[in-house]
Amino acid sequence: MGLILDGVLQAFRLLLAGDPEVWRITLLSLRISATATLLALAVGIPAGTLLALARFPGRALVISLVNTGMGLPPVVVGLFVTIVLWRNGLLGALELLYTPTAMVLAQLVIAAPIVTGLTLAAVQQIPDRFRLQLLALGASRVQMTWVLIKEARLPMLAALMAGFGGVISEVGASMMVGGNIKGSTRVLTTATVLETGKGNFDVAIALSVILLAITFLVNWALTWIQQRRRV
Amino acid sequence: MRPFSLFLLLAMSAPAALPAPATAQSSTVILSTTTSTQDSGLLEVLVPMFEKQSGLSVKTISVGTGQALALAARGEADVTLAHAPALERKFVEDGKMLNRRLVMYNDFVIIGPEDDPARIKGTPKAVDALKKLAATGSRFVSRGDKSGTHALELALWKQAGIEPAAPWYIESGQGMGATLSIANDRRAYTITDRATFLAFQKRIALPILVEKDRPLLNIYSVMEVNPANGPRVNAAGGKALADWMLTPEVQGVIRTFGVDKYGQALFVPIAGKKDEDF
Repeated sequence: MGLILDGVLQAFRLLLAGDPEVWRITLLSLRISATATLLALAVGIPAGTLLALARFPGRALVISLVNTGMGLPPVVVGLFVTIVLWRNGLLGALELLYTPTAMVLAQLVIAAPIVTGLTLAAVQQIPDRFRLQLLALGASRVQMTWVLIKEARLPMLAALMAGFGGVISEVGASMMVGGNIKGSTRVLTTATVLETGKGNFDVAIALSVILLAITFLVNWALTWIQQRRRV
Repeated sequence: MRPFSLFLLLAMSAPAALPAPATAQSSTVILSTTTSTQDSGLLEVLVPMFEKQSGLSVKTISVGTGQALALAARGEADVTLAHAPALERKFVEDGKMLNRRLVMYNDFVIIGPEDDPARIKGTPKAVDALKKLAATGSRFVSRGDKSGTHALELALWKQAGIEPAAPWYIESGQGMGATLSIANDRRAYTITDRATFLAFQKRIALPILVEKDRPLLNIYSVMEVNPANGPRVNAAGGKALADWMLTPEVQGVIRTFGVDKYGQALFVPIAGKKDEDF
């Protein structure tokens, strides 16, 4: 227990003392995961809405695939993204491996199905009658879809939280496609693995505490937004 | 979409964090190396020094020696720093790696529980110590991850004529640090490089029992990647980093590395020496 307490104290010391390395790692984690989550929203909200509203053959299969994707193991994503980005790989010419961009890409692959699946659920929970009513009131299809998305925005915040939570806490893919390079692709999770490997358990705990605190703050802010409108 | 403004804010500065794809590939050198060089902290000293002096940027990929060489053989790295001489020579013979040169050494030690149930303490030969472990069925934790440490351990078992097996032989499949923690928890024997052992000394109750036997020498070599391995190998950059490691200045840095933290140097520089010298 003493070790954990030391770690928590160490976390405050590192942050308050403005340890540049720790700040850089923390900000990079936020930037990469926020970018990946935003991109996942850009892909997932339209895709999820489409899946919820459209009827086409094979729809159940696609939904099953999306639901499976919600539990995609990050390490598997990491492996495939790495192979694609290898110098000899499909996208090798872009020289993206071991860059933050590669990490955003891998995290996007992890987060997109989560956002899609939860958006699908959010839009679907709006009663059919509401939809018919909109159409009866003379709304065009585009207008109806827009209203539905707006109506589902609060549950969609859950999609945002789940997507962000999934990628900021992920280590397998970030380690593989980023390479944990100091000053370039080292994020909170990979730094925690490294410090554990070095036997610097207090630093590792401090990084974990920072990660938990960030995840909490982001979720707290989003929950506040989500719940405020309920009142 | 107000709820997302927080995210927008965070992501605003993202493009700054994401450098454009390196089009000038010759300015980046990928060094594939072992976890021990990273975990000891040596590369965190050497790499920035090299970047500053050469103007090149280095991407250090720390994995097990087996993977480090495998990546290089596929042309996914430009230069490799490894510590498994027999395996390295094989890659050189196959033409995958070029110009293998010794850089430094440290040594492996066999550690185990204080009460030493297998009575190996002070055994001069590492192989004899392993024979005793097998004969008494004493728990032994192996890396089991194709790292340089694992390769050395397997070579010793082979020399001892023993095929280690469960239940007393435990494969962790993890890095040295995690393996030390497992050995400590199970009160088991294991083989570790001295640098990692020193880093963990405070946390584990397993003293050194066998050391300073010739087969326990841990020799690190640098090799350049054959440009024929892949279309985008930065041969010039790889060679620049390899050459640089053998300069007197860098060898001097290696000689004193770790003294401030552990009271002893972690590596001995040996540029210019050959395998036969040991």
